[in-house]
Amino acid sequence: MHAPRIGARTYLRTWIALLVLAAATLGLSFLPLGAFHAPVALLIAATKAALIALFFMHLADERGSIPIAVGIWVLLLAVLVTLTAADVLTRGEMLRPPASGP
Amino acid sequence: MDSAATAPHLASHFEDLAKQTHAARLGMWVFIGSEALLFSALFALYAAYRAAYPAAFRAAAGHTDLTLGSLMTGVLLTSSYLVAMGLARVRASRPRGAAGFLAGAVLLGIAFLALKGMEYAEHFRAGIYPGVGYRSATLPGAGANIFFTLYYAMTGLHALHVLGGVVLLIWLAWRVRAGRLTAVYHTPLELGGLYWHFVDVIWVFLWPLFYLLR
Repeated sequence: MHAPRIGARTYLRTWIALLVLAAATLGLSFLPLGAFHAPVALLIAATKAALIALFFMHLADERGSIPIAVGIWVLLLAVLVTLTAADVLTRGEMLRPPASGP
Repeated sequence: MDSAATAPHLASHFEDLAKQTHAARLGMWVFIGSEALLFSALFALYAAYRAAYPAAFRAAAGHTDLTLGSLMTGVLLTSSYLVAMGLARVRASRPRGAAGFLAGAVLLGIAFLALKGMEYAEHFRAGIYPGVGYRSATLPGAGANIFFTLYYAMTGLHALHVLGGVVLLIWLAWRVRAGRLTAVYHTPLELGGLYWHFVDVIWVFLWPLFYLLR
């Protein structure tokens, strides 16, 4: 039987951190951040997701196959999102080749 | 661990309850990975359309209800905390407290669905329907239509997951209350908790994309 290190005290701290991060991202959404708006909001969201996974979902307590499986699926999802972004963000340039081209 | 206490829960092909529970959690994480893939395809679609219609997406994100959306975020984050505390109480052999925490999480899950329903009703009154039904006078145009179609698809799929989670939590709370899940054996509660927290994680990303990035 594995002895869990994560208990009531960690849950409380995690919950408070999540509410603070939620308040921060809500406040930041009113500031004129321009192009940084989306990256900052997504970075905060990713931090909240990591806190939930590590402490509420006990990933910080897991050993062996579970962190490996989770690490691989996070990596593959990152590949999916990155390649999709690489496609759609450069699509305009490929459809409009420079005038001097063939 | 006392083998007499674990025996009724232990399948014959596992050496002990710790190994059996670890295998169950691994299976749950793989299931959650497949769910994450389902949602990620929709997130990728959102990113692609946002790149195509940046101005329309910002304008449309300003027309979802920020107050209701933020309230829903607080409600779900808190319900996750209550589920985690329910598990802690079961591990401490305090089933009444555990059932109380889980019942609280159930109520917050229902509150989330009620708030979501209120917001959908608000949109319908403004003529904002998904797809070809879209009739908004204030936000005409293909970009806003696509934004709200994705909004209904993604928040709707998420709400179905919340509904499933609420049913699961009611069943778990009842099992805890009846003394069927104990400090020795509570694998269903661990797995149900993992599912509920995952549904919470999805909302953590939906909230900025549909409410904050305006």
